[in-house]
Amino acid sequence: MNHTVLFKFNADKAHNRIAVERIFRAARPLVWHAWTDAGILDHWWAPKPWQTETRSMDFREGGRWLYAMAGPEGERHWSFMHYTTIRPETFFASHDGFCDENGVVDPSLPTSTWENRFEEQGDQTIVSIDIQFETLEDLEKIIEMGFKEGFESGLNNLEEYLAANAPS
Amino acid sequence: MKTRRDVFQAIADPTRRAIIMLLASAVMTPNALAQHFQTSRQAISKHLQILSECEMVKQEQQGREIYYHLNAEKMREVEQWLEQFKQLLAVRFSQLDQVLEQLKSQKS
Repeated sequence: MNHTVLFKFNADKAHNRIAVERIFRAARPLVWHAWTDAGILDHWWAPKPWQTETRSMDFREGGRWLYAMAGPEGERHWSFMHYTTIRPETFFASHDGFCDENGVVDPSLPTSTWENRFEEQGDQTIVSIDIQFETLEDLEKIIEMGFKEGFESGLNNLEEYLAANAPS
Repeated sequence: MKTRRDVFQAIADPTRRAIIMLLASAVMTPNALAQHFQTSRQAISKHLQILSECEMVKQEQQGREIYYHLNAEKMREVEQWLEQFKQLLAVRFSQLDQVLEQLKSQKS
């Protein structure tokens, strides 16, 4: 059996776009639920040791998710995900950026647009994500805003996870 | 705000990206480069100046001509940010894998 998890990552540098594809070993309704329910997002969205803390979630077109990336030193980077299009269990698009704890958008920080597609493949689900940045320079800032410190331990988590799930 | 002079600014402009592509294939003088564009020679010089300040290109004087060539080292900065972002997503998704396993076992 093939244990390699599909994870495609393609950067289109000329158009500031990144296309990602990832397969999850769960049925589409469950995967959709995990992407759109704040209680579940809080468990996986932030790379450890960062934590996701939802302040409010309004998952409908025009609504938004307001959450913080909480760092190990107690720092909080507030973010929003503004939902622009939702087709249940199939597709949602959002406009993402940074704000304060009241959701007031910080226009000096980068925003990006995400389009997420959910497709069934047997009892698994393929999620395809197209992320559009204004410039790729924004990536530097986005990574700085809550992930940098998380990388090393996050990668350790990943290695542990991969080791635990390696084919025997 | 201080103007950034880094690889991201270098590739932010379509003409500069085209210049980078051209220089990736051959060392060129500003005149030779300008022939590939509709814009003025001055506009190309300005882009070359920015690319030099971003350390994306290097100049070399040969007789009366200045030749530009690509500083390939610099392009790797973008690759580093892309790689970090890729790793971020990889970590995030592996956490989601774990969450999905938990949800599945709760349901059954």
